[in-house]
Amino acid sequence: MILAAASAATTRNITITLFVIFVIITLGITVWASRQTRNATDFYAGGRSFSGFQNGMAIGGDYMSAASFLGIAGIIALNGYDGFLYSIGFLVAWLVALLLVAELLRNSGRYTMADVLAFRMRQAPVRTAAAVSTVTVSIFYLLAQMVGAGALVALLLGIKSDTTFLGMDANTAKVATIIMIGALMIIYVTVGGMKGTTYVQIVKAFMLMIGAILMTVLVLSAYKFNLSSLLGDAAAKSGKGDAFLNPGLVYGREVADATQTFYNKIDLLSLGIALVLGTAGLPHILIRFYTVPTARAARRSVLWAIGIIGGFYLMTLALGFGAAALVGGEAIRAQNTGGNTAAPQLAQALGERYFGGDIGGATFLAVIAAVAFATILAVVAGLTLASSSSMSHDFYANVIKKGETTERQEVVVARTSALVIGAVSIVLGILAKNLNVAFLVALAFAVAASGNLPAIIYSLFWKRFTTSGAVWAIYGGLISCVVLVFFSPVVSGASNSMFPNQDWQWFPLSNPGIISIPLGFLCGWIGTILSREPADEDKYAELEVRALTGAGAH
Amino acid sequence: MSTDAPTKPASSYVDIQRSAEFTRLRRALRGFVFPMTVAFFVWYALYVILSAYARDFMSTKVVGHINIALIFGLLQFVSTFLIAWLYERYSSRRLDPAAAELRSKIGDRS
Repeated sequence: MILAAASAATTRNITITLFVIFVIITLGITVWASRQTRNATDFYAGGRSFSGFQNGMAIGGDYMSAASFLGIAGIIALNGYDGFLYSIGFLVAWLVALLLVAELLRNSGRYTMADVLAFRMRQAPVRTAAAVSTVTVSIFYLLAQMVGAGALVALLLGIKSDTTFLGMDANTAKVATIIMIGALMIIYVTVGGMKGTTYVQIVKAFMLMIGAILMTVLVLSAYKFNLSSLLGDAAAKSGKGDAFLNPGLVYGREVADATQTFYNKIDLLSLGIALVLGTAGLPHILIRFYTVPTARAARRSVLWAIGIIGGFYLMTLALGFGAAALVGGEAIRAQNTGGNTAAPQLAQALGERYFGGDIGGATFLAVIAAVAFATILAVVAGLTLASSSSMSHDFYANVIKKGETTERQEVVVARTSALVIGAVSIVLGILAKNLNVAFLVALAFAVAASGNLPAIIYSLFWKRFTTSGAVWAIYGGLISCVVLVFFSPVVSGASNSMFPNQDWQWFPLSNPGIISIPLGFLCGWIGTILSREPADEDKYAELEVRALTGAGAH
Repeated sequence: MSTDAPTKPASSYVDIQRSAEFTRLRRALRGFVFPMTVAFFVWYALYVILSAYARDFMSTKVVGHINIALIFGLLQFVSTFLIAWLYERYSSRRLDPAAAELRSKIGDRS
């Protein structure tokens, strides 16, 4: 017991030390980046000076969030095979971005997603809709990360229900962590802009990959690099037997009630669709394509990203099944019922096994915990940047000021917006600190796939698409998605709902994508054919020629 | 500053859009990305649908504890890497040179 307390203190000290080192290094980079940031292109797009490889790393750093690292490993550790569905969906999704979006967007846009959506439309309505949708997606995603950070800190710093750290109990520590993460992300974005944020994401991607590779190698070497015996041991220790290795323990569950089984399976399809179509509609991912000089470099960065992200998601198998086998479901559930601490707990087990007892375990746990915090920090910075860029460039400069503004003013407004959005998400993060992290991320993906993707695809490929089509597509997808979730069992009417004691649920699925994504496409089409003004053919010619050839690209 | 860079009269873009070279470039791009998108989406949908409705098939063990579900999942990784590689090869051979040529033509006219 005393030994355990001592190693908890060791972990805490090492985690804090490593995290402080990460923060100092990244703040140093941020200050350096701020000296290189002279105009709007520097602030919004990092001067478009990054290489394909650098941007590929940064995309990885922006994309592999706490939900990927902690969430997927946790789902696999507790429920086996079904968690792998997330890994697959999150990776395959990159083909949409690669084949249909990245290069065309890079060539025709400038700073934000709306640059492309509003290219041949009336600016005010389309940019307003795009800004609303950008901020909505980013806030859901931001909340997920902040809530995740808050939930982890008590466990990672070893604060139990009856102990305190620097006089804080677990609840205060959660709030303090959310405030600290929020404050740091505001500094990264307001001071460093896109340049600073990109370097933070590159450093994080590097740390995360090293950490994951190390853990994967150690897990596999414990099983003499025999995947089958790792799986067998994981299934045996899970208490669920062979079912642990098969699909169906969490998603699309077969229950006694046939109607419920039917809905469960549709829900699984719905989740699968949202995962694969959401990525190419995430504003914080889309603006990353503007940080490279050419469309070719944008394509190269997606290729690098696919390599890095694919490699990482393959390793989630080793992390998840490794945690099930070496830590065990019972020990993981005892720490965190959602399984979010499976990866750090696995690190502790591996450290004890390979690096010499309690101290080795405490050290490796601390390293992985620090990586998890760095992961969260890099993602929230990217999200804050995306929403503040949209507030400033889309809403302030092009809607309120109708294009009559200077670069300097625009950057000032972007920095101010980052401050406001950061402050708002700190407050919301504290209010939402007990919500389910995976749900918030899945919702962000569903909103991005329903509200943004149809408008992007129509804009780039459909000649007749009009202003009202774009506005209908964005609001139609966005509103239907949020409304369906509000009336779903996620929010009320079930024992694991946000409001378990209330019941206004009538929509049977937890994932709205299967309805709201086709609805987004349908709304865009109806809005277009009902539109009184015809499509602007000259502007479409300009958009298409620029998008395909790169002529006149910024 | 916020809208767009110095642009030529839109009519010149319409001319280019209607030119034979541009039509070829568009056909080359769409001829690759549209069928490929349909292909990977159907392939992915098949995986998700089998996970939902063909549990016995997916649970069939192939070697040791490795079952069809796992192999199917790993094949999704393989197909993603493969399509990405094919697209890079196709666009650096077919699309990039055509786009560069058109770009220089547009530059000459302005």
